[in-house]
Formats: sequence, structure tokens, C-alpha cells
Amino acid sequence: MSTQIAEADALPRPNYLNVKRSILSWLLTTDHKRIGILYLISITVFFLAGGLFAALIRIELLTPQADLVESDIYNRLFTLHGIIMIFFFLVPSIPAVLGNFLLPLMLGAKDLAFPRLNLLSWYLYWIGGVFAVVVLLQGGVDTGWTFYTPFSSFASNGNVVLAAAGGFVAGFSSILTGLNFIVTIHKMRAPGLTWFRLPLFVWAHYATSLIQVLATPVLGISLVLIMVERVWRVGIFDPTIGGDPVLFQHLFWFYSHPAVYIMILPGMGVVSEVITCFSRKRIFGYHMIAFSSLAIAILGFLVWGHHMFVSTQAMYTGIVFSILTMLVAIPSAIKVFNWTATLYKGQIYFEAPMLFVFGFLGLFTIGGLTGLFLGLLAADIHFHDTHFVVAHFHYVMVGGMVMAYLAGLHFWWPKMTGRMYNRQLAALAAILIFVGFNMTFFPQFILGALGMPRRYHVYNEEFQLLNVMSTAGAGVMGIGYLLPLIYMPLSLFVGKRAGANPWLAKGLEWTVPSPPTTYNFDHTPVVTEEPYAYDNRLHAAGMGQGE
Amino acid sequence: MSHSSQVAHHFEDIEQQNESLVLGMWLFLATEVMFFGGLFTAYVVYRTTYSEVFHEASRTLDFTLGTVNTLILLVSSLTMAMGVYAAKTGRRNLLPLMLVATIILGLAFLGVKAVEYSQKFEHHLVPGAGFVWPGGNPPHAQLFFVLYFIMTGMHAFHMVIGIVMMAMLLVMAMLGKFGPERYMGVEMAGLYWHFVDIVWVFLFPLLYLIDRS
Ligand SMILES: [Cu+2]
Repeated sequence: MSTQIAEADALPRPNYLNVKRSILSWLLTTDHKRIGILYLISITVFFLAGGLFAALIRIELLTPQADLVESDIYNRLFTLHGIIMIFFFLVPSIPAVLGNFLLPLMLGAKDLAFPRLNLLSWYLYWIGGVFAVVVLLQGGVDTGWTFYTPFSSFASNGNVVLAAAGGFVAGFSSILTGLNFIVTIHKMRAPGLTWFRLPLFVWAHYATSLIQVLATPVLGISLVLIMVERVWRVGIFDPTIGGDPVLFQHLFWFYSHPAVYIMILPGMGVVSEVITCFSRKRIFGYHMIAFSSLAIAILGFLVWGHHMFVSTQAMYTGIVFSILTMLVAIPSAIKVFNWTATLYKGQIYFEAPMLFVFGFLGLFTIGGLTGLFLGLLAADIHFHDTHFVVAHFHYVMVGGMVMAYLAGLHFWWPKMTGRMYNRQLAALAAILIFVGFNMTFFPQFILGALGMPRRYHVYNEEFQLLNVMSTAGAGVMGIGYLLPLIYMPLSLFVGKRAGANPWLAKGLEWTVPSPPTTYNFDHTPVVTEEPYAYDNRLHAAGMGQGE
Repeated sequence: MSHSSQVAHHFEDIEQQNESLVLGMWLFLATEVMFFGGLFTAYVVYRTTYSEVFHEASRTLDFTLGTVNTLILLVSSLTMAMGVYAAKTGRRNLLPLMLVATIILGLAFLGVKAVEYSQKFEHHLVPGAGFVWPGGNPPHAQLFFVLYFIMTGMHAFHMVIGIVMMAMLLVMAMLGKFGPERYMGVEMAGLYWHFVDIVWVFLFPLLYLIDRS
């Protein structure tokens, strides 16, 4: 056995990475796996940029006075942090990197349904990205990522039009990815791969794609209207010349609330995959998890008004939106309970991906529960626009989605590259991020409850201690994020060969070599068993050791 | 033409490929519905709030030209549908003819639209500094024209894209690229064209007809 593998390794086995080597072969590739890698590199660049802005924000907030930057610059810092992290990192993160790479593999297909469209998505992403960079070079934009009118359309002295154009183009990248995924999931499943044999990762991406396709165009038209209002100075949203600013908020949140599910559902898909593998157990409540993804996608369209409890929205409208918001908590809770139940009597392995998933479970639960505070009409009057909101959505977006993204990246890295990273360092990174994250954002719940508003860099003296704690935590978290940037690339050169299935996981993607060949499967696979057919009694000796 | 040359490498067979293309097109049209849906929402909100002045402003639109344009577009949908039929049934001469007819009708629509736009300039009804409204409530009258220009402009933009697609299909049709085995390009352009027409079917009454009962 081992001699055969040694021989096979000695030969330059053709795979999707080494089949062609020129730069052009990467830039013009239509291979979903290569496009996934292109996205991986791209979003890492933007993550670093967004992280840099976050660091500057935290440093400024060390003291109650303005010392590092003035208000105007501070406004630009949090705006760019938000725009970059949301539109150029979180939205594409798991779908565009892991989804692109894995969907065809999980479905037993050779590629996504529309490979060239997939490449176009990546170019659109970068065109949007170039807009963002130009905005940055020209002094930035100061509206907040929410582009609220009439400030954005008349008062702001930043590059609103360019920033909105960037968001518009990046939005189409997201739409095309979603469209591609839906068609692929419908039409490209291998024989025997029925809907209820699909991995939950696929279900989660299906739900995500529905939101991308149906919500993102509304963001597109809202941004177009802002550009029109700003360029031609005609009233659409500006009340002084006949418009209605609250209409913009409605249009914006009609996209941007569902968008938070674009930014969390794929993470839930990753968690479902990782938690079963490292519990050596079938997932608990497969159907409930699958349907709760769809429920989140559908209910997510009906709750946008909870962002406008204090924006002249009628009280009864507010009550309805508040109740609907409570309803979304149900499918999210179903997922958390099912994942936890999966652990019960499982054989738990504390590998790095699993540690990230444990981090996700704790942080997402806190993020989700504090979301209920904000969805409650009365409580939100107090918490609105305070650091409590900042803490809440960072618990969901960073504690949830980024943790899940890292879990997924660590889980499938051996598949993507054929190499295993340093597992001790990876575990250390997971722990550092978890600890640093809580140090950073838990104090912000308290700050918000005490009344510290968001988006101000000057604050009352008594808030300083908690702010210093928060900044110190950000430092720890920053180290945690930098570690993978070192050991992951390093693994390409010094990592052990991973073999086809280093985690002894189930799923079609683990049946092909690592890295896979260009067309994934030599023969279209035929699926005959349920997903996650883990044998509880099997002792997974040698996990992570490679071959 | 061999069967395999029409099926891209990652599809199992032509049925899978065709079904994927059609589903993809419908999903794209769903995004378009949501895109225009944002505009229609803005229209509904402002028309309910400023109903009176919206009715007055609607009366200034050219009913005759609007009706003519509606007829032009409806006929163009017919020629497009016949084009798809020609492609499916392999009538190689009928297809280019129908594509040309659709293109001409599309251009005619845009021409009429251009006449209407220029009338708005003459009557100082274009939103912005030069906007003059003789009646009451000028800011909200201007709002009507803002929506008028954005909605019809966005529609016209989609028409232009459709006409360019048609022109490309025409070249391919004249090179004999389409036949009963291979007509998806025409079919999808047809779906798109009908969608653009339907948008106009909603725009016309909402903009031109609200005060003509
Ligand atoms: Cu929300």
C-alpha cells in the first residue's frame, strides 16, 4: 500500500494546480477550483486592508480624546472598514472561496453550471474592488457603510458616487455567484444524489444563493438612486427637495438585513460539515437543519424594519417587525441545538477546524441572543446606535462567520492544496482568536449598555477602562489572525502530504485525490448512501497524519 | 454538426445543458424583477403620498406617443416569438427576417422615446436646475419626472442591451449557426426581450394612464 503511494507521489501527478503554470492560465481559468483560489487570495488582501482600518479605530479609541485622528478621518476609517469587510470580505468569503471550490466536488460534477460566468464574477468583484481602492486613494468616504441619505447624497464631502458604484458592481459579482450555485445545485447533481442526500453545506449555499439573487438587486437600485440624486441634485431621498430619506432606509435594509444571512448561512453550512466529521457521528436532525436554512432565508426578507424603530416608522409597523424578528431566532436556535446534540455521545477530536467551530458555537450564540435585545422594540430604543449594536454584529459576523470561514479553510485546506499545515499552530490560532475576540467585543456590550454611542471617537472619561480592554483584546485577536497567514502558505512548501482523506471524513469531495484533478472525477460518481454515514465505533487512528 | 460539439465539457448531455441555461435565465430575470421592483416601490410610495400632483404631472406625458410605443413593443414581442419558433423549427430564412424586424421595432421604440425626452426638455420638465412647474407643489411634481426618467431610462437601457444581443444573434443566424438542435441563444434572448416588454406594460399605465380614466 505505502509503496504504491510513494511511487505515485514520485511521479508529478497532474492536478488542477500544476496542470498549467502561467499567470495567464490563472487569470483566464474557468476551473471552479482555481477561481476559488483566486478569490481566496483576493479576499485575504481586502481582509488585511479592512483589518488595518479596524486597528486604527481601536488605537484611536484608547483615549477619550482625539489624538490619532480627527473626526473627519475617523468617519472615513469606520466607513472603509465597514464597506471593505462587508462587501469585499464577508459576502464573498465562504461562498466564493469554499463554495466555489467545493460545490461541484460535493455534487459529483465537473464544474459549476456556468464556468465563464464564474470567472466574470471574479472580475466584477475586482472592478468593484478597484473602485474601493480609488475611493481610498482619493481620501475615502465618510457616510458609514449604510450610505444613509440625505447625508450621503448632499452633505457628505467624500467620494460617495465612486463608493456606491463599487458596491453596485461588487453586488453583481455576488448575484452571478448565487445564480450559478442555484442552477448547479438543481441541475448538476450526480446520479443518486437526491436533495436529502446533499451535504448541509450545499443546503446552506442554496439558501444563501436565493438571498443573493433576490435581495442584491434591490441594493443595486438603491445605490443607483443615490448616485442619481448626488450627481444631478434632484430630490429622491432629500426631504428639502421633495424626497423621503426613510424610503432609502427601507430599500437599503431590504437588502442589508437579508445580507447578514448571506454572511452567516454559509458559515452554518461549514459548521454542519466539520462538527459531524470531528464527532464521528451523523448529524442530529438533518432535515431540520436543512429546512432551517431555507426558513432563515425566507423569514430574513420580512424583518428589515427592525433597523428603523427610531426612524419615524409607525409604532404598529415596529411591533410587527419586532415579532417577525423574534421568529428568525427559531431556525437559528434549531441549528445550534442540533449541532450541540450531534456532539452527544460522539467521539470528539479537538482538531483545529473543530476548535474554530466550538468558537463559532459560543460566539454565534451570544451574537444571536443579543440580537433579540435589539429586535425588541422597547430595548432597541435604548441600545440603538450604541456600541451594543457594534458588539452584537461583530459577535455574529466575526465570531460567527469569520470563525466558520477559518474552520472551513482549515478543514478543506488539505483538499485544496494537498498539504497539511502545522496543526499545533492552527489550534493556537483558534484559541488566540477566541480569547482575543471576547476581550475585544464583550466590553463593547457593556459600553453600549452604559450609553457609549457608536461612530464617535471622543467619549466620556468613565468609558476608558473598557475601551483599553477592548483594544488590548484586538491586539491578541490580530496575532491570532496573523498566524494562519504564516503557517498556511508555509505548509505549501514544508507541509506533509495530506492524502485524499486526511480527516477520514465522508462526502464526495474526500473521494478524489488532494489536490483534485481539473475535471474532479474520472467517472461521474453514483451516490448510494445518506450523507454523514460516519461509523461511531470506528477509531479514527492517524487522523491528520496524512499517508 | 456533431452532437458532442454543442455540449460543454462539464455537462453530461444536451438536455442538462439546455435546462441549466433556461433556469439560469429565469433566475437572472428574477433579479431584474427585484431591481425594477425597487423603483416600483419608490413610485408607489410617492404616488400614494403625493397623489394629486402625480396625476397632474402624468397628464403632461404624451399619451399618443406612449400608446404608439406600447403597440410597437407588443408587435416586437410577436416577431421575437416567431424568431424563436423559426429557430426551433429550423426555418433558416425566417429567423434572420424576424430578428431584423425585432431590431427595427426596438429602434423605432427608442426613436419615439427620444422624441418624448426632447419634448420634456422643451417644456422644462427635466428635473434639475431648469425644471419649471406651473402648477402647485413643484418639488413633488419634479419627483414624478425623476421617477419617469429613471424608470423609462432604465427600461430603454435594457432595450439597448437587447438590441445589441439581437444584432449578434442576427450575425450568427446568417452564418447558419442555429437549428432545431441548437437554438438556446435565440430562446434566451427571447425570454429577455419579453421581460423588457412586460416591464413597459407596467410602466405605461403607471406613468401615462393614471389620470385618463
Ligand atoms: Cu437586520
